[in-house]
Order: sequence, then structure tokens, then C-alpha cells
Amino acid sequence: MESESTSSSAPVNGNLAQTVDDLSKHMLELDEDDDLEVFSKDAMLTDASTFSASMPASPASMINQYKHEDQDIKDVFITVDCPENHVTSIETFVTYRVITKTTRSEFDSSEYEVRRRYQDFLWLKGKLEEAHPTLIINPLPEKFVMKGMMERFNDDFIETRRKALHKFVNRIADHPILSFNEDFKVFLTAQAWELASHKKQGPGLLSRMGETVRAVAASVRGVQNRPEEFTAMNDYVETFSQKMGMLDKIAQRIVKEQKEYLEGMKECGPVYTLWSGSEDQLVEPLKAIAGCIDNCCKVTEEQVAGLSENQVPILHEYVLCAETLKAVLRRRDNIQAEYESKVDALASKKAEKENLKHTDLSFVFGGFLGKNTEEAKHQKQQRLDCEMKELKEEIGRLEDKLECANSTLKVDWERWKRNMQADVRSAFVDMADTNMNYYEKCLAIWESFLTSQKTEVHVEKDTDS
Amino acid sequence: MRGSEILERMADSRSEDVAVIGNTDLSAADPHNNTMTEEGVPLLKTMEISVSEAEKRTGKNAVSMQEVYTVYLIETRPVNTISEGLSAAPDSLWRRYSEFELLRNYLLVTFPYIVVPPLPEKRAEFVWHKLSADNMDPDFVERRRIGLENFLLRVASHSVLSKDKIFYLFLTQDDGWKDVVYDTGFQAKADSRLKALNATFRVKHPDKRYTELKHYSDELHSVISQLLRVRAKVADRLYGVYKVHGNYGRVFSEWSAIEREMGDGLQSAGHHMDAYAASVDDILEEEEHYADQLKEYLYYSEALRAVCRKHELIQYELEMAAQDLVSKKQQREELATGTVRTFSLKGMTSKLFGQETPEQREAKLKILEQQIVEGEELVKTSNAECDEYVRNAWVDIDRFKEQKNQDLKEALISYAVMQISMCKKGIQVWNNAKECFSKMSH
Repeated sequence: MESESTSSSAPVNGNLAQTVDDLSKHMLELDEDDDLEVFSKDAMLTDASTFSASMPASPASMINQYKHEDQDIKDVFITVDCPENHVTSIETFVTYRVITKTTRSEFDSSEYEVRRRYQDFLWLKGKLEEAHPTLIINPLPEKFVMKGMMERFNDDFIETRRKALHKFVNRIADHPILSFNEDFKVFLTAQAWELASHKKQGPGLLSRMGETVRAVAASVRGVQNRPEEFTAMNDYVETFSQKMGMLDKIAQRIVKEQKEYLEGMKECGPVYTLWSGSEDQLVEPLKAIAGCIDNCCKVTEEQVAGLSENQVPILHEYVLCAETLKAVLRRRDNIQAEYESKVDALASKKAEKENLKHTDLSFVFGGFLGKNTEEAKHQKQQRLDCEMKELKEEIGRLEDKLECANSTLKVDWERWKRNMQADVRSAFVDMADTNMNYYEKCLAIWESFLTSQKTEVHVEKDTDS
Repeated sequence: MRGSEILERMADSRSEDVAVIGNTDLSAADPHNNTMTEEGVPLLKTMEISVSEAEKRTGKNAVSMQEVYTVYLIETRPVNTISEGLSAAPDSLWRRYSEFELLRNYLLVTFPYIVVPPLPEKRAEFVWHKLSADNMDPDFVERRRIGLENFLLRVASHSVLSKDKIFYLFLTQDDGWKDVVYDTGFQAKADSRLKALNATFRVKHPDKRYTELKHYSDELHSVISQLLRVRAKVADRLYGVYKVHGNYGRVFSEWSAIEREMGDGLQSAGHHMDAYAASVDDILEEEEHYADQLKEYLYYSEALRAVCRKHELIQYELEMAAQDLVSKKQQREELATGTVRTFSLKGMTSKLFGQETPEQREAKLKILEQQIVEGEELVKTSNAECDEYVRNAWVDIDRFKEQKNQDLKEALISYAVMQISMCKKGIQVWNNAKECFSKMSH
């Protein structure tokens, strides 16, 4: 968040009751340029390129647009594909092709093709989180796989990762706020060297460190009066995270057990075939059974693949999502904690000022320094007034920041929940379909065996009579 | 003819006349008494037999130690009383597994040319993790009960075995049956026969059919063992897959508590997942039945092999007798003509230490002649025995083959039927679950 370092011209705001309308209006007017004051009420961006011409001007309709985003015309289409190995003298890594097709006017061209590696995605996520601490950003696939380094180059792993990266960028593209982020645009459009140089820009190390220190201080301090709804969110996330973790494990375990079942089944068919070699009358049914079992094995392989490719990754993604949610809630808490700490600081300064009027401590000070006590008092008062003025300005800013953070979080939370429900629903419906398909195919295989055996019986009867 | 007369008497008489039983002893030594040529109705046609219950008993065993064992209730009822509408209460008695074993051993010795139906396994083999290998486990006991009933039904429907008096008494005589069996003296024969079977011997002119049959029985045994092993592994895996889905049920239920819109869908889907997980128990119980059918033929293959080996033994004895006869004839010739054709120690010693006196030679010749006459007789009877055995055995082997083909084909079909039922259940459950999932959100 750059707003810390820029001076604010916004007056101390007595009116805390920002309507959601105003704030969402601000959100929609976000310019991609981070240097601009983000939460200034006064900023009315008239740069038409910021938003599409079809967007109506009134705040109410803007909110409507945000809420009914499902009906928005999707105007950015991204595909992530064609993973390739790159070998340099220092390292080996995989890049993915990212193709963007868009009708948005702020993009110079309507089609872009670039190559990105995992680190680039990671960078993008970091920038987005910086810019929008309380928006819920889709998680990235995990950085490392525990099993071993060579896993990185395994085809299945790369394919799973590619799918997750594809989903990641598309989710951002679908997000009404995130999709307009400047870094996102750079990510989609810049050539490798351009991206590298862009990465080097941005807040210096020191200011980022300052940011981190403040965040740590705030989190240590803790939040005093967290609004009920965010506590409820926290509780929800705790339970959700737990349950998702369990579901992820269960889904993976099922795949593992099914694979082992398949291995066992694969041994059955050959035994029946072997048996048929010793028999005369039973040759045909034994061979038929062996055939059925082999076919069932093929169907089982399809089923296992279906589960691994569709259901398991979605559940895993939501395990990571739960961590994202926790981080978002933490950041919100930190913003509130920071605000509260400034409010407390102001209160203590006020108290100090009050004390100044009534105590003679300054006498001690002044006597020590050989100054006039009245003068010393006055100087101190002035200093306090100055500090208090600064604090009030900061408080005003932080208050705005907090209000904004809270409302963006609330809206995005609903959005996230809707997406989550849709994803979970589709993952489990897929699982049910995969399993139904599996059983239906096996059923057909065994029924065909029965019919073949019945005809055998009929033939025998005929030859008897 | 003599043998069949005895058997007629056996079938008609219902008395526990020991004399009658004593006659069955002859059937062991004399293969003439087979009933294959006889018109006879297997016992099962006239009598309803079942093993209906199992119970635990405690008692003192042979070394006066307390033991727990299971007894099985055998119920019998003459068929005509049923068809006449008279619902007579069945006769019943309790027997334990060891008594069944005794019966079977008796049948094995008494009818060596018959492929005797096997008993259910003594100890649980080819288990997968769910079944305990414990003989006291109720599932094991139940499956054993079914197996014992199957054994009795098979024996009772066999045209030869069902007519045996000892078998009949097994079904009907409560007290003292064991003594009756031991009195037949079959155990003495059992020992010598079984010992001979285990010994290694080579037959010079093996009957090709029996050699092939022996190979077949070995192959059948091997392949069914493999199948049972693989099948146990697969059953274990299948159990795992289904049961893990039960976890879905639990987690869905817990998760539904925090979800507003999805809660109901999750909860009801969870119930279907629980049902899915539970359904595997029935599935595997049915599959166990299929495994039992295979096991029966695993043990049948052993019985088949025993018949082949007995034939080899008889053949071997015949060959030995024939060989002995030839060598004795040769000796006679040598003694008579004074020429030594083959090397013999006697020949050498006589050469070294001088010839025998004519009187000694005469005595020897006389003994030899006697031995040759006996030898010829032995060869004749052995030959007859062998032929008889081959004939009888081959009839039963043909019967067995028919039975095996039919039974195994039915087993394979029932396996397919089981798979179909499993698939249908699966489709239903996942269809229901899908409906619940579809209701989540929107």
C-alpha cells in the first residue's frame, strides 16, 4: 500500500458513515497506477480509459454491476498452456505460455502472447495482495512438492500446476477490481525483459521493510474491538480450513485405495486365463470372465484418472484458499489494529496535554535545562499540538482505509463464497458422475457376460434335443 | 454278485445290526461290491437332510483338559412324510467337526475309487483382514455350517456313497457311532493305504489317462489357490475404498453446520456416503460365498489327486507282483536247467562254494513252484483289481467332471450376477448423492 508514503489532502473525517455506494464507486474508479491516492473521496477520475464506456455513472448502478458480476460481459480471456523446459547455465525451469485475448480499450492490442514462469505468478500474487490486502485472491499451486526435486519436472505435476495457474489468472481476470490492476496488465502483456525491469520498480526495500515492521507491530498488538461479523468469519474459516483439509486427505486416500484395488484386479484376469488352459468345457466362460475383468480394469483406470484430475485438485485448492482467507482476515485485523493504536496514541497525547496544564513537571525540565518554565511548557504544548494534528490526519486516513478494507472484504467474501459453493458443487457432482459412469460401464460388461453365457446354455440344450 | 446282495440288504434294513456293518468291511477289500451297475436311488431322494444350527459346547477332551468346541445339528426327515402332508418333526442329533472328519476318512478308505466330496476347511485360509482366522468367529462357524450341510448333501446324492451304512448311521445314530466306525477296522487299512500314498514310487507303464488326470488335479489346485489369494487381496482393497467414503459422511455433516446454503445438500449427501460405505459388508459376504464355492473345488482337486494316486498304487502293486512272478519263473528255469542267466548272489555262492545236492535243488524247486502258483494268482487278482478299479473310478471321474463343469459354470455366473448387483447399488448411491450435491448452491 503506497498510500502511507504519500501526503494526504483529505481532511480529518468526522463523517464515519461512508455509504457503501460511495466506496464502491471509489473501488470502480481505481486507476491502475498505484501512486495515486486510492481512497481519496475527492478523486473523481475522468480518465475514460479506466473503465469501459458501457459502465453507467451512478454509484447505485455501479454497485449493481459489481454484485451481478456473473452477468458481466467477460472481456478478458486468458489461457495458460504449452509448458516448456528452459535450461540456463544457472538453473532449469519451466515456462508456460500465457495468451490473452481482450476487448478492453486500456490494452493496446487485442491479443498477447507471453511466456511466464512460476516465479512470475508468485510475484503477481504478491503485488495484488499488496495493492488489495483485503481482497480474496485465488491461491497459487504449491511451490514445492515434498516428495523430491525431480517431481518438478514430472509431467503430471506440470499439468496439474498448469491447470491451477490457468485458473489463477482467470479468476483474477473475472474479478471486478483485480482485473484492472496495473501489475496484472504488465504480467499479461510485457515481454520477459520488460517484466524484469518492471519488477525492479516499485517501493524500495526500506519502505517495504517499514511496512512489514508496522504490520508485525500491529499484529502483536492485536485488535481491540473486532466487529462481530469478522469474528464470525474467523470462526468460519477455522472450521472450513479444518474440514477442507480432511476432505482433501479423504479424496487422495480414495484415489490411493482405488489404485491398489486396480493393481489387485489386474492380477485376476490372467489367473482365469491360465485356468482356462487346463479345462475343456469351461474354457469359454473362464476366458469370458478374464475378458470382463480386464475391461473392468480399463474402466477403473479411467475412473481413477477422472478423480485425480478433477476432484482432487479442486479440494486441494480450497485447502490453500483457507490459508488465503486467514491471511486476508489477519491483514484486515492489522489495519484495524494500526488504526486503534493511533487512536490510543492520540488519546494519550491529549491526556499529556491536559496534564501539562496542571502539573509543574515542566518546571523540573526547564530548571534542568536552564529554561524558562513557561516557555518550556509552551514549547511542549506546541509540540503536542503538532503531533496531535498529524495523528488526527493519520487517523482519518486509517479510518478510511479501515472502512474501505472492511467493506471490500465483506463484498469479496460474498463473492468468494459464491465461487466456492459453485466450485465445490461442481467438484462433487463431477465425482458422482465419474463414479456413476464407472459403475454403468462395469454393469454393461458383466451383463454382456451373462447374455453370452445364456446363449451357451441355449446352444447346449439344442444339441441335446 | 455276493457284494451286491450285501448292499441290497444294507439299503433295505434299518437295523443297527453289527453283522451287516461287518460285511461292509468286505467292500473295502473287494472291489466287486460296487453299486454302479446296480439300480439304486441315492439317499437324498428319500430323505431330507440339513445342518441347521451350530452351538458352542464345553467339555473335557482326551487329555482331560477343558475345551470349547462347536457342535452342529443334523436334521433328517423322510421325504414321503413331507409329501404326504404329515409334518413330522425331524430327527436330529449333534455332531462336531471331528466326527465329520472321521466319516470322511472312513469313506476315503472304503471307496478309494470315488472322488469323495471334501469338507469345509479346517482352518480359515485365504482370509482378508476383516475375517478373523479364529474358528470361534461366528461368521466362520456359519460358513462352516453351510459347508458341512453341502458335504452331507453331496454324499447323500452320490449313487455309491449314499448307500453306505456308516453314512446312514452318521445321520441317524446318536450314541456310539464312533465305536461302530472303528469296529469296521478301516483305520488299519487307512494307515497302510495312506502311508503307501505318501511314499514315492514309480510306475513303469503309467496309464496315460490317469497321468493326465493327476496333472489336471495339480493344475486345478494351483490355479484355484492363486485365484483365492488374489481374490482375498482384492476384497481387502475394495473394503478400504468403500469404508474411506464413510469419512465423507462424517466430514460433510460437520461442515454442513457452518454452511447456510450448502448445509442441507451436504448433510443428505453425507448420509448417502455412509450408506455407500456400509454396503460393502453385504457385497463382501456374497463374495465370500463365491470363494467358498472355489474352495470346495480346491479340496475336490485333492480328492481327485488321491484317486489317481490310489490307482498308481494299485498299478504299482500289480507291476511288482508281475515282476516278482517273472523273476521267480526265471529262478525256476535256472534251477531246472542249471544255467545262470542273470547274475545272482546264490549263483555266485554256489559257484564259489560248490553246487547244491539234488535233494536241496528239488526242495527249492518245489518252494519256487508253490510261489509261482501263488504269484500267478496274485497277478491275476491284482490285474482284476486294477481293471475293476479303473472301470469304477473312471465312471465316478466322469460323474465328477460333469458335476465340476456344471458347478463351476454356475459359480462364474453367480459371480457375474454379484458384480452386476454391486454395480447397480453403486449407480443408485451415486445418483442419489449427485442429486444432493446438485442442490448445493443456487
